[in-house]
Amino acid sequence: MKRLIAVWKTLFALLVAWTPALLAKDCKVIRFGVDPSYPPFESKAADGSLVGFDIDLGKALCAKLNAKCVWVENDFDGMIPALQARKIDAVLSDMSVTEKRRQQIDFTNKIASSPTRMVAKAGSNLQPTGDSLRGKSIGVEQGTIQETYAKTYFEPKGANVVSYQNQDQVYADLKSGRLDASLQDEAQAEFGFLRTPEGKGFEFCGPEVNDPKILGSAAAIGLRKGDVDLQNALNNALAELLKDGAYQAIAKKYFDFNIYGD
Amino acid sequence: MIELIQQYWQQYLCGTPAHPTGLVITLWLLIASLGLGFLLAVPLAVAKVSTHRWLAIPVAIYTYIVRGTPLYVQLLLVYSGVYSLDAVRSTAFLNSFFRDAFNCTILAFTLNTAAYATEIFAGAIKATPRGEIEAARACGMSGLTLYRCIILPSALRRALPAYSNEVILMLHATTLAATATVPDLLKVARNAASDYYLPFVAYGIAAALYLCISFVLIWLFRLAERRWLAYLR
Repeated sequence: MKRLIAVWKTLFALLVAWTPALLAKDCKVIRFGVDPSYPPFESKAADGSLVGFDIDLGKALCAKLNAKCVWVENDFDGMIPALQARKIDAVLSDMSVTEKRRQQIDFTNKIASSPTRMVAKAGSNLQPTGDSLRGKSIGVEQGTIQETYAKTYFEPKGANVVSYQNQDQVYADLKSGRLDASLQDEAQAEFGFLRTPEGKGFEFCGPEVNDPKILGSAAAIGLRKGDVDLQNALNNALAELLKDGAYQAIAKKYFDFNIYGD
Repeated sequence: MIELIQQYWQQYLCGTPAHPTGLVITLWLLIASLGLGFLLAVPLAVAKVSTHRWLAIPVAIYTYIVRGTPLYVQLLLVYSGVYSLDAVRSTAFLNSFFRDAFNCTILAFTLNTAAYATEIFAGAIKATPRGEIEAARACGMSGLTLYRCIILPSALRRALPAYSNEVILMLHATTLAATATVPDLLKVARNAASDYYLPFVAYGIAAALYLCISFVLIWLFRLAERRWLAYLR
């Protein structure tokens, strides 16, 4: 019996040591939720490590705050529920600030701004309007502002809007020909798809789309409502990174234009 | 929560005639794959127990491969893998078939359930009492008549309880269709959850609907067992 109790104790101790949720008690750990299917913002390298602009920025922020970064991979549409369920402390996954999301969560100051733009086969002459896309299939990632935009403006006009769990699945079906076009972040499409060998034969179609209400204007780090300590800490660290040039150094690694905007 | 239900109840149940979603799609996936799977499984089960090796061995290899790999992998293989082949895309018929996510899903589900049903039916055929077959032969039956009148009716009855399990498992397996962008019940639940940030309500409604389908299926199989397995009671 004693032995059995000892075994249980060991098992329990192992379990406790394994549970990442308990790390949350330690304020020196920030758990960032990230959907690594969105290069160059966040993606997985061949060795399984996370790489990208958001990842480097997160690490720099943690370094400034003397905190430990923990990255939690999560589907994009589950970010806000995961944040509210305290599975993560912050969303750092190129999430745009919109009115609808503000009702659920808080945001830091902006970390990047990149508009939304459509991609299709070169020479397809499609335009990001409901009339041009009638009867066509448009791929979007589930839970994104682009999904909301496509469902608001394209679907009522007879376009077939298809939501995918991850952005890489959108490109896979765009390449295979199941989709006629895809709608996503412009910088993501350019650096994560069009400029790679995968994106050969595809191009931007039409201008950037604009709708402040649905698309918002900039991306920021999502935080639980009322988590003022973390919000202030991250905002201060971000301001320092912008001032001492560390932000610009990171941005230069991934983009050849000003991703921060004005 | 009320808002979510008001906004999504139609999508949960049937969607619009132009874009059917939710329960209707789940039921259609289930019925189509089970129906086609059953039609495939009966002849395959007969082939599996055949004494002709060239009939039995290919079926054994088929069921071994399908039952030895996860349905998720099979679905990805049919949906993403097959359609990425140039040979498929350059053939007009194959191109139009595999372009449609729904066809890919039905194909993968049918092949999967057919393999399991084949094993269930083959087992039931093997368990046919020797006496029944001998009596039938004594009456002058052979080959097709023997199977049609004696072996299959008795084997399919005996397979009912095991087959009802397979049907319920297939219902649960239809949730994988969402990965192939088919707007089934789970997909609608995901949409609702990501739209209103109420995962408990959104998935709870889906769970309740799946439970209702399971309940109806179990009830139907109980009726069937009462009718066709009455001699065992």
